[in-house]
Amino acid sequence: MNVPTELKYTASHEWIRSESDGTLTIGITDHAQEALGDLVFIELPAVGRKVKAGEACAVVESVKAASDIYAPVGGEITAVNEQVVASPEMVNADAYGHWLYKLKPENAADVASLLDAAAYTAAVGED
Amino acid sequence: MLKQTPLNTVHRAAGAKMVDFGGWDMPVSYGSQIEEHHAVRRDAGMFDVSHMLAVDLERGNASGDANEHANKNANKNANDGPRDFLRYALANNVDKLTVAGKALYSCLLKPDGGVLDDLIVYFLSENRFRIVVNAATADKDVAWFRSLLDEHGAKLKFTPRHDLAMIAVQGPRARERVWAVLQHLTPDAKAATEPLKPFMAAEVGEYFIARTGYTGEDGFEVTLPATDAADFWRALAAAGVKPCGLGARDTLRLEAGMNLYGQDMDETVNPLESGLAWTVDLASPRDFVGKAALLARAPTRQLTGLLLEDKGGVLRAHQKVMTRSGEGEITSGTFSPTLGASIALARLPAGVVAGEEAHVEIRGKALAARVVKPPFVRHGKSLLA
Repeated sequence: MNVPTELKYTASHEWIRSESDGTLTIGITDHAQEALGDLVFIELPAVGRKVKAGEACAVVESVKAASDIYAPVGGEITAVNEQVVASPEMVNADAYGHWLYKLKPENAADVASLLDAAAYTAAVGED
Repeated sequence: MLKQTPLNTVHRAAGAKMVDFGGWDMPVSYGSQIEEHHAVRRDAGMFDVSHMLAVDLERGNASGDANEHANKNANKNANDGPRDFLRYALANNVDKLTVAGKALYSCLLKPDGGVLDDLIVYFLSENRFRIVVNAATADKDVAWFRSLLDEHGAKLKFTPRHDLAMIAVQGPRARERVWAVLQHLTPDAKAATEPLKPFMAAEVGEYFIARTGYTGEDGFEVTLPATDAADFWRALAAAGVKPCGLGARDTLRLEAGMNLYGQDMDETVNPLESGLAWTVDLASPRDFVGKAALLARAPTRQLTGLLLEDKGGVLRAHQKVMTRSGEGEITSGTFSPTLGASIALARLPAGVVAGEEAHVEIRGKALAARVVKPPFVRHGKSLLA
């Protein structure tokens, strides 16, 4: 399973990268895209929207099913990736190369509570 | 414990993603299901459909215990052949089958008109018909046919063929690929099957080859001994036929406007409200199971197609549809790889007409959709204006 060690994760299959400006970049894991199959629709939140930790804020749909994407921590949406909205299949091709949205966390320390690669790998194994 | 087809180990060795489909362990895809879909529309793909059940119905001494009980019809119908029995058992009329090898699509109805299953019946000779039924309903169908035979009094041999496998090879180049593979096994296969028109079948040795399918493309459905299935599958793959899973099978059949039993119709709805009026013969004077119920009540609903026009999601089963004539519900919805748009079958009020605007509720939003008459795609081409 492809789980880069430099990223953080949630049990709901989002990956999170901490940027030098304090924002978080969020996408879905390779395991998630594999499980969903061919993606055909992505809906992203409005920039400026405030979200709570665990709040559903985006939707990805594959040929098979629709799936909510959750905010890993509370904060404000600062950017969304319009490229994946135009071409959802990019996420299937490279789930870690194509982010969905960026978020400025309300509390930077919350990031520490996210899963590391080993913990995420273990969580997926228990699915 | 899930049931397995004779190709189960072949699917697993190919890395297929497996799912529980009606109690069977079946491949949903081997990689990208959209690529599998396009392979069928543009070239050739194959599906393991061995979970479906073939049943032979033959004249002769009934081997089953089902017909041993005396009943009021026992003497009257004792000399009936398979055709006489099926004329009564099926909603479509087997008298349309005049040429040996011809196939007919029909619903199997309950007395109240509800759909027990949909099936294909093949006329092989006046002494032998073959029926192919769905996997999840097979046990129910077998029990139903046995009780109906008993009630009807026809002395027929009824044989579920669990010894057979079925492989559907579909696409514009499907037939030539099948011939290329079969020429090593049965050299006369091409000569026997090249003249077949759509919905016709031929028996070549132990292979039963029908020009039928569930994709809207040309191709064959090949029924063969289960013990030959893995070798035949591998030979087709080597000849360039792409293995396809149930995921692609679903998007292909939906584009082709074909119903899926258990999703678009079931025992709670009748065929006239399921887009299947063309398969019900109400014109002839014959009686059949469910006829009286269908005649007693005019349909108030219809099954029709929807094309999503707004962006905002994908049409899915059970989403609510709002029309000028009232509300309805999507029975099957997906993203159409051929059209690059979302399509669905929906059960809507009878007054709705093709071309009309409707709205579908997706995540709290009412998205615009157009009512269209299925099919959406045939032979690789969009049928939408």
